[in-house]
Parts: sequence; C-alpha cells; structure tokens
Amino acid sequence: MDAILLQILNGLDKGGAYALIALGLTLIFGTLGVVNFAHGALFMLGAFVAVSVREVLTISTKVKDESVTFFEAFKEIPYLELWLGDTGRAIIDWSVPISILIAIPIMLLIGLVMERGLIRHFYRRPHADQILVTFGLAIVVQEIIKAIYGANPIPQPAPEMFEGTANVGALFGLGDNIVYPKWRLVYLGFAAVVIASVFAFLQFTTFGMVVRAGMADRQTVQLLGINITKRFSIVFGLAAVVAGLAGLMYTPILSPNYHMGMDFLVLSFVVVVVGGMGSLPGAVAAGFLLGILQSFASMNEVKQIIPGIDQVIIYLVAMIVLLVRPRGLMGRKGVMED
Amino acid sequence: MQIDKFTPKSDMMMLLGFAAAVLLMPLWLQPFGAAYPDLMQRFAIFGLFAIGFNILFGQTGYLSFGHAAFIGVGSYTTVWIFKLFTLNILPAMVAGVVMSGIFALIIGFICLRRTGIYFSILTLALAQMSYNLAYSVLTPITMGETGLQVEASDPRAWDAPLAEGAVPRTNLFGIEMTDFGGLAGFYICAAILIVGFYIALRITRSPFGSMLRGLKTNQNRMSYTGLNTRPYALAAFVISGMYAGLAGSLMAAMDPLAGAERMQWTASGEVVLMTILGGVGTLIGPFLGAVAIKYFENIFSAIDGAVLTSALDFLPDFLVSGIVPVLSLFVGKGWHLTLGLIFMLVVIFLPGGIMEGYRRIKARFSKQGEE
Repeated sequence: MDAILLQILNGLDKGGAYALIALGLTLIFGTLGVVNFAHGALFMLGAFVAVSVREVLTISTKVKDESVTFFEAFKEIPYLELWLGDTGRAIIDWSVPISILIAIPIMLLIGLVMERGLIRHFYRRPHADQILVTFGLAIVVQEIIKAIYGANPIPQPAPEMFEGTANVGALFGLGDNIVYPKWRLVYLGFAAVVIASVFAFLQFTTFGMVVRAGMADRQTVQLLGINITKRFSIVFGLAAVVAGLAGLMYTPILSPNYHMGMDFLVLSFVVVVVGGMGSLPGAVAAGFLLGILQSFASMNEVKQIIPGIDQVIIYLVAMIVLLVRPRGLMGRKGVMED
Repeated sequence: MQIDKFTPKSDMMMLLGFAAAVLLMPLWLQPFGAAYPDLMQRFAIFGLFAIGFNILFGQTGYLSFGHAAFIGVGSYTTVWIFKLFTLNILPAMVAGVVMSGIFALIIGFICLRRTGIYFSILTLALAQMSYNLAYSVLTPITMGETGLQVEASDPRAWDAPLAEGAVPRTNLFGIEMTDFGGLAGFYICAAILIVGFYIALRITRSPFGSMLRGLKTNQNRMSYTGLNTRPYALAAFVISGMYAGLAGSLMAAMDPLAGAERMQWTASGEVVLMTILGGVGTLIGPFLGAVAIKYFENIFSAIDGAVLTSALDFLPDFLVSGIVPVLSLFVGKGWHLTLGLIFMLVVIFLPGGIMEGYRRIKARFSKQGEE
C-alpha cells in the first residue's frame, strides 16, 4: 500500500510537468489549429529564465575573508548580500520562485513575437509545414541556448525551506514509510494552481468565453464582429507562459540543460494524443495518468517481470489508445479522426 | 499543380546524367575540396536514404519522423552478420535490408492506421521507443552506449579465422572497402545509389507510383472509388524503410560499427530536412539536398574561431573582434544552429526546395528569352 502511494506521488510531479506542457499544446492546437513542435523549447526557455535570474542575483565581488588571519584570503560575496545582508541572502535563496515574476512577461513576449512573427504565416499551410517550421525553430532555440549556457546542466537549488523531504505518510496517518522531497510537493501544488487558473480564466472571464466560442466555431464568432485572431494570439502567449513556468519551477528537480525541451516535447505530444487532440481536460488527465504509469513501470518489481517496460510504457499506451480509440480519451468526436 | 513533362527518353537521359555525375564525383568535387572517399561515401549513403524517404513523403505525403530507426535496424543487422558469418558485405547488406523491411512492415502496419499529424507522432513515438530500447533492454544485442563493433576474435562461420590482433576489414569478394585509398568503398556505394535511383525512378513512373500520388492528393476520393488504399501506403512505407535499412547497412559496411545514436529523432529530422531542401516529390531533389547538407556540415564543422580570424584578416581589427564571435556561433559545434535556420528559411520561403528554386529561375530566364 505504502509503495503504491509512493509511486503515485512520484508520478504526479512528472505528470504535472507533462500536463502543463500538454495543456499549452492543446490550447494552441484548439485555438489556432497549429501543431507546435517548438513548445518544448518554450519549456526550456522558462527554465533558463530561472538560470539567468540566479546569475544576475549572484553577481559577486571579491571581499577579504576576515576569518582567515594568517594570510590574505578573498572570498566571493554577491553584491546583494553586501548591500542587504540577510535579506539579500534570502532573495538569492528564493531565486527560483522570484524568477516567476520575471518569467511571466518574458514568456508572454516570446509567445506573442513567435505567433505574430512566424506561426501566423502558417495557418493556411498544411500541418506538415507547421510541424517542419516549428521543428526548425526548436532546433534554433536549442542551439542558441547551448551557445550561451554551454552543454552542461546547470543545477538550481530550491529555497532552503523546501530542501529535504517531507513525511507525507504521517500526514495521512499511514506510517513513516512515505517520505517525499518537499520541492516536488511544491511543484505538484504549483501545477494544480496553474491548471486551475487556466481553466478558471477560460470558464469565468468574458475573454475566456470568447476564446471558447472561437474554438467551437471560429467563423460565427468572427461574423459577430469579434477580432478572434487577436485573442488567439494572446492565447498563444498564455500557452507560452504556462510552458515557461512549468519549466522554471522544474529546475530544482531537473538541472536545466539545452535538450530538456525536446525530451519533454516528445512525451508531451504523446500525452496530447492520449488525452485527445483539442481537449483541455483530456490533456491534463492524460498528463497525470501517464506520469503515474511511468513511475509504476519503473518499480523494480515490475521491471523484473517485463524488462525495459519503464522505457516504453508511455509509447505503448499511446499506440494502444491511438489504435483502439483514435480521438483519445476525452477527444471530441470527429477532431482529427482520420 | 505543374506536371513535369517526361518521356522514356528524357528519363534515360536523367538516369545517365545522374550516373555520370555520381561516378565522376572524385573528379568534379576536387575544386570544392570534397573529393575524399569518406565524405563521398556519406553523400551516396545519405542520398540513398533521402531518395527512399522521398518515396514515402514525396509520393504519398505521409510525413514520417521515425525513419532513423530503420537505419539503426539495418546497421545492427549488418554488423551482426559481420560478427557471426562473414565479412563479405553482400550477405550482410541483404540481411540488413530484409530485416529493416520486416521491421518497417510491423511499424507501418501500426502507424498507417492513422494519417496526417497522428502518423507523424506515431512514427516519432515508435522510433523513440526503439532508440530507448536499444540503449536499455536490448543492450546484449546493441551493446548500448559503446556501440556494436566487429572484433578479430568473433566466430565467423563462413570465413577463415583471422589472425590474433588482425584488423577485421569488410570486403566484397576480396575487395576491401579501404582499397584504392577508400575509392573501392565509394564506388560500391555509388553503384548501389544509382541502382536505388533507378528503382525510385521506375516506381515513380509506374501505375503504382501514380496510385501513391493519388493518396497524397485525395485519399478519400481514392477510397470512394472502391479502392483499399492502405496496402499501397504500406508498400510505400516498407520500400522507403528498406531504402533506409540499406543506407544503414552501407554505413556499417563502410565503417563496421553500429551505435544507437544513429536512431535518434534528430537523425530522422535530418533526412526530412534533406528531402525538403532538395525538393519534395522530385527525383533528383532529395539527393541534392543530402549532398548539400553533408557538404556544408563538413565545411562548417571544420571552421573555428582561428580560421575565421585569419579569413577576415583584411578587415580592420575592431571589426574582426566584433564579427568573429557572432559568426562562430554558426560554425564548428554551432553547425546545428545553421541547420535549423536553413530548415526554417526553406520551409518558409521555398517549400519546394532547390528544385523549385531552379524551376523558378529557369522560368524567369525562358520568359525573358521569349520577349
């Protein structure tokens, strides 16, 4: 029982990342009808916003180390710490959450520029062209990041408060066997909040209502005199923000590297396909479901029965779903059926 | 849509021209500094890969993102034949093509249940799965990250045992691939490439080929006429998978080792790019695209900061120090950045690739001539 609960928890945080990326992919596909192969790159860009913010915050100067008395020693101290003392240290410690504030406008801008500058010209082109151009864009972004930040992963620490593990089992009165890294719990909560706010935004605001109407019947909405194109490009920006934040908060779990975007993208596509192209709840549900399935498949007991299952489980599920129920778990009837 | 005029005679001329161009590569590539066997082999191998890919993508319109998996299957099979039976490349390549054909049949059977973007994602997923498996569970067969290599001590059933410490070299009935300074290997690749091109030409011109183009134009209408379209698509998929397997086999024959990195999705992306850059659906285009990309890859990867600085010597110093860091982003290890940019530019501005560019220029000149 404990082991099962632990695996579910393990799957949930990765599932959260899948769900967030898949949510953005689905939003873009549902509104603009574009298959965005560069969405993984947005995820990665978010992670590197966190890296840059931390780099800026920790710009340091050399200061004489007073604790060493018998020779002249210097140590590096960030300016922030010099100027603000403990507050500065706290700001640096919290760099990952703080960079959210900076990431939102940056990702929104990147999303809008990408949509207005490139994707817009591809609405009328075949899906194959959309795939190819965004695929090219993904390579370009990935290589630029590699040129700037190098090929090695750059570890990002979580705030000290969230380091270490939490005893989740005791919380539910299930004994002390279920311990879980605190930051992953934070990530899970964060993913839930972001997903909830995206749904609330679409469900309870006028803007969201228009967008939903546009997704259902674009032409009619346009005939009513609403500039749906403009709103859809904002939705693209929103999807970029969601992907970016997903990547940013994931940095303490997985040190950012230039190919993390592509690694997640392939899986997120599978998630979208399983959930149903164009279905937002489907994307979220499939994201968590596949995350949990993957973590169950990596249990040693399972691996002993079917070796290598952890590597292929997601793809197997996707194939079975596509063959048995091509529109996905929650896909609308008739969307990309053939 | 513009339909090219062709006759059996013009086809024959094209084939002869193609064969002459390929066979004379060691001569006319000399001024470009690309006339060494290793690179020319790569031209031929990737040309073959792209020509085969085009039979699927160019003719039927199915965009596969997983063709690198067949390269892997071809390579691994070939190296295993080298290890277990003989160092003669002929049986090894036959086995490689047959195995990749079987593999393509299985994958195609699953993936072709869907079309459009679903097909692309399915092939991507399956190829990625094969890649992951090659790195993990199949390590006894693939040797994982080390890659599969041919050793002198391998038990070869049909060959006389090699002396201790001898380097195992692949051969074709006694002619080693490295003979004549590597030209033997190149001419074997070239011969196979020309045969492959001829087969692709015949497929394109056959009733089967027009069936495939019918699939691309309007599959529904094909179905309405009472035709079962899937066997045609599957046949095209298997044929192009076999081409890819043959290319993988040749890679292993020229350099007897196989590694899983050949199966990565970036490799699948590369062949898509070659085909697009050259011209989707044209016969020569994919080969041109493959040559262009492999050529520039070779040139660009070799350039580094020092080379750039000396090349820009004639400029004032402050300009050089400004330009070199920017340019060096695109060369050397940054070659992939250039590749991605080319990819985007071609898709945006010239979806028909080199061949369309050529046609546009030709049309402009012939119009001027008439006026």
